[in-house]
Amino acid sequence: MSEERGGRGRGKGGDKDKGKDGPRRGGFFRRRRVCKFCAEKVDYINYKDVRLLAPFLPERGKIQPRRISGTCAMHQRKLQTAIKRARQLALVPYVTD
Amino acid sequence: MSTTRQYELVYLITPEASEQEVADLHTQIEQIVQRFHSTLDKTENWGRRKLAYEIGHHREAIYVVETISSTSGDVVKEIDRRLRVIDQVIRHLVVRVDEEIQVAERRRDARKANQARRRVARGLPPEPAPGEQRGDQDMDDDREGMEVQR
Repeated sequence: MSEERGGRGRGKGGDKDKGKDGPRRGGFFRRRRVCKFCAEKVDYINYKDVRLLAPFLPERGKIQPRRISGTCAMHQRKLQTAIKRARQLALVPYVTD
Repeated sequence: MSTTRQYELVYLITPEASEQEVADLHTQIEQIVQRFHSTLDKTENWGRRKLAYEIGHHREAIYVVETISSTSGDVVKEIDRRLRVIDQVIRHLVVRVDEEIQVAERRRDARKANQARRRVARGLPPEPAPGEQRGDQDMDDDREGMEVQR
């Protein structure tokens, strides 16, 4: 899991590739992800802005985990409250099937 | 504590409600707000919107957003109580926003100050010129080594 995050430390331990650092060796290249909110300097994640939240809700309507979206811990926390508020207002689904 | 608190109230009205009824609801809220010596800063009517899921057989609703400033939380209690009783309001949510906005502002100011400091250190004017190219990557060092943006 940590293999995608620590892009800077890649040179040191990257080649060992032990056990759980799975798909790296198989030629499966994953782009280094950067927190979208940090990159775009979003200070306040507004729960009324559906277009901001939508990319973090895959088709089932669940909140996308940090390890996939690359969001930093602080913004993931804020995103979580924003999505939960938006759900109460039926702006965003709880579940979709 | 006599600081002003800011609240955001969002409520959903049944799509069958007429314009008049929507306006009535708004005046009701206004009256409550006034009774508690608070102020209604802003009202936004989003109009009819599709719901993400059904609420009591409704597929759409009229959204209204109000911003309220108050020195105590009693307004919210009363508004909450009233809205729960009114049948036309199918859902409502009150959120206290002043703290979150303050935090966001502080963060933005800190970033600006940091940016200005670093620009000065590099011998540039503190504020970036409007048309300035970002080739120097000085605005954010947290993205160093990033190949692809987006």
